[in-house]
Amino acid sequence: MQPDHPRERWLDEAAGPLVRPYALTRGRARPRGEPLDVVTILIATGRPAPARVRLTREQQRLLTLCRRPHTVADLASELGLPLGVVGVLAEELLENRLLEVTRPLTGARPDPGLLRRVIDELRAL
Amino acid sequence: MSSGRFDDGPRLALKILVAGGFGVGKTTLVSSVSEIRPLRTEEHLTDVSVGVDDTSGVETKATTTVAMDFGRITLRDGVVIYLFGTPGQERFWFMWNELSRGAIGAVVLADTRRLTASFGAIDYFERRRIPFIVAVNCFDGAHRYSLAEIREALDVDPHVPVLTCDARRRESAKEVLITLIEHAASLSAAS
Repeated sequence: MQPDHPRERWLDEAAGPLVRPYALTRGRARPRGEPLDVVTILIATGRPAPARVRLTREQQRLLTLCRRPHTVADLASELGLPLGVVGVLAEELLENRLLEVTRPLTGARPDPGLLRRVIDELRAL
Repeated sequence: MSSGRFDDGPRLALKILVAGGFGVGKTTLVSSVSEIRPLRTEEHLTDVSVGVDDTSGVETKATTTVAMDFGRITLRDGVVIYLFGTPGQERFWFMWNELSRGAIGAVVLADTRRLTASFGAIDYFERRRIPFIVAVNCFDGAHRYSLAEIREALDVDPHVPVLTCDARRRESAKEVLITLIEHAASLSAAS
């Protein structure tokens, strides 16, 4: 056993390969650019993956979910992964144009007209 | 595809934060008014200093994941309200920074038995000018103070709504959200 060897794979009989969250993101702890917001809505573009890109199993699952729009928070919840990990995985898919953001968030607060509509709908629920 | 309400996915996602100390009823409030789901985030991700290179190997710093209360209310036309319940202690404020960006605002859920536990959250939202209200969850048997007494103890601005609620009841939880959204709407209309 060579604990220092980065390629060493630890296996747990019941759980399978032991991987820490950073391993899922190939050692990247945070996205390169502006981090995605938890409610950024993502959708798969349907493009084929470039030949040089090898997708992880988590990224494949993420892309499958994103055939319909999902927020980052929805994806984290459905995939059972922490928010930050999903952000990193999604970032890579965005870079490779396998995913796109449906409408970029500006950080601005919602306008009063929209809020009034939301209030009416909430009352009616 | 079936005709479930969420089938087409969200078109517009709105955020509301529910901040409050442990045991104050965040989970109860979120689950009585929305479809609650499991969600985790990393506690130390933001302060991990990493050489961001892909090839530098697996990061070794210990990280813990924190469970959040996460709920979704699906309205018409793909409008979805996302509720995020986050712990009230200062060490979780890194989560609020992101969650409050572009959010409708925040509900500070308070408990009259431990009112001081909400001071930090109130401070946080006041300083960053994030619309917020204070909802006092009235537990059975908890001593009821008047709203005036609570407001005085919390020392919030007169325009900040303070109301009592029963987080277990859907109508009451809905009223809390509506109060926040009305407050946020009036603030943005005024600015």
